[in-house]
Amino acid sequence: MSKTIAPVTESDYLKAYRVMLLSRVLEEKLASLYRAGMIKGGVFLGRGQEALSTATGIHLRKGDIFAPLIRDQAGRLAFGDTVLDTLRTYLGSQLGSMRGRDGNIHRGRPREGYYAMISHLGAMVPAVAGGLLARRLRGESGVVGATCLGDGGTSTGAFHEGLNAAAVDKLPLVVVVANNQYAYSTPNSRQYACADLLDKAAGYGVAGHKADGTDLLDCLQTLRKAVQAAREGGGPQLVVASLLRLVGHGEHDDFSYLDKNLKKTAVGADCLLVAEKYIVDQGWKTAENLAEWRREAEQEVNTTADRVRREPSPDAEEDDWAALSRSEYREQFAAV
Amino acid sequence: MITYLEAIRLAQQKALATDPRVFLYGQDIGNFGGAFKATKNLAAEFPGRVLDAPLSEDAIVGMAIGAAIEGARPIVEMQFADFSTCGLNQIVNHAGTLFYRTGVPCPIVVRLPSGGTSGGGPFHSQSLEAIYAHWPGLVVVTPATVEDAYTMLLEAVALDDPVVFCEHKFLYYHLKAESLPDTSLPIGKARIARTGRDATVVTHGAMLHESLAAATELAEDGYQLEVVDLRSVKPLDTDTVLASVARTGRLLVVSEEWPWGGVSAEVVSRVTTEGFGLLDAAPMRVNAKDTPVPYHPDLWSVHRPTASTIAAAARRLLDL
Repeated sequence: MSKTIAPVTESDYLKAYRVMLLSRVLEEKLASLYRAGMIKGGVFLGRGQEALSTATGIHLRKGDIFAPLIRDQAGRLAFGDTVLDTLRTYLGSQLGSMRGRDGNIHRGRPREGYYAMISHLGAMVPAVAGGLLARRLRGESGVVGATCLGDGGTSTGAFHEGLNAAAVDKLPLVVVVANNQYAYSTPNSRQYACADLLDKAAGYGVAGHKADGTDLLDCLQTLRKAVQAAREGGGPQLVVASLLRLVGHGEHDDFSYLDKNLKKTAVGADCLLVAEKYIVDQGWKTAENLAEWRREAEQEVNTTADRVRREPSPDAEEDDWAALSRSEYREQFAAV
Repeated sequence: MITYLEAIRLAQQKALATDPRVFLYGQDIGNFGGAFKATKNLAAEFPGRVLDAPLSEDAIVGMAIGAAIEGARPIVEMQFADFSTCGLNQIVNHAGTLFYRTGVPCPIVVRLPSGGTSGGGPFHSQSLEAIYAHWPGLVVVTPATVEDAYTMLLEAVALDDPVVFCEHKFLYYHLKAESLPDTSLPIGKARIARTGRDATVVTHGAMLHESLAAATELAEDGYQLEVVDLRSVKPLDTDTVLASVARTGRLLVVSEEWPWGGVSAEVVSRVTTEGFGLLDAAPMRVNAKDTPVPYHPDLWSVHRPTASTIAAAARRLLDL
């Protein structure tokens, strides 16, 4: 397993940066649409987590499995999700992948390896492990499955059970934990008592990787290493990245619980600004180049949003209201 | 002679032999062959496809769901139905919602060794079919015969939808059959286990046999109970139940479950809302007592419905 890890090139970095940028611009649009009352359901943003999320999605290939969580707009785009389907889901278009039956952060296309999360944190850890087990039983190798969690998710039974079971079978699972300092309003001091969430890796017998979630380069290097190790048979990999969620839990949340001092610490930096400075400092692009990229992203997002707003909502009359695929099993309840 | 338990083992053997997508995952099911030996010798016969799982019901079901998304047909064994509550979230919120949410079906079978046995106690005796039937998106079956244990398990594996397979532990060794059928009534169809004209007894699982014994007892008095074995509780074959009540005019529902809600409440609800005019008397139900299932055989045998309590209820229903 110890093929050398390819270095992150200028081209890799810029490609990842553009995914982060598109995600940031798209989420800014979602927030503004939310304030305008146009979003169906809630809006939960990944501001401050784009570097880590992008680094996760971008290292997965077609044929891999990805189960993102609520703050992974960037990782979703990196894995192949589109601005169009994102907006369709948030704006409640009938043409969205979930057809109005589930929303927003819950969207996915499981047949394409893009699993659709349920709200119960940790639940996707064993699901991705099981997908990987099935691939192995089918004789496939070289497949990787990744799923994302926050610090709060690491306290669930499903996280524990799933990571442990994946470790027992040495499955190529990458669990990426964004330690963003808060689970909704609960600070880390009330979430876990170990010195570092990475300490948990040893308990499960899996490899642990620490990343600076505010630094795109570190995230890219770390995820590249973790994904490659899983792909080459190294078993589950636990990545823990430190960062700060730069927004409330959801757009409904005033974030009053934020310890303002955290913003001044190392975790408080905005990964997008850090990346922009790095690009300019390296001389790869000018600030004007980046501003032009932002305008392009805004144009794509705005044009797509305008298009989606004209699309029809799901029609309750047309829904077959079927929770089972086998039509013979659909019971008619007289009271309905 | 083939026992109910052996029928379950043979169905899994056949599924493994005929469908390469099938694999088995559960606690102690590998070389050990399972707590009840429902997978005896299967790990040796199908190397790499009968896998021991850690003590992690959530992960067991969660992994089955992921495998099903990838096209596999996992059969998972909960060591006892009672422990499936530790995997409840994955069963009801993940497996049960997947098709509706994403259009991708979830062909898993979760085997639940269910129901009471002497000495089982509070945590090795539960009948949980009603809670799984309550959530949308799950098929819930309760085979009551050796033949059904075999054919319904094979049918469950072939289904694209998630199936909660409530096999009854009391029947594991008590029931025997000469041979196993190739075909049977499909899941979703109830069976008239005994015909009769005076009252309909609707039941499922081990209570079928208590109900049949009660029917024999009443026959000695000259009364004929018609006994309907639901076979699957979701979907529930309301048509067969209503047709029987139309013939008899009286309904007694017998279930080993606890009384609040449950299959018996659902059957009574359906008959009274959809077939009120068919009834000559108020429907009755016999359930287990509303306490945890007791450990001592002397308490347990009174906690659950038995042929004599069912017969007594039937006599009241018939105004005897």
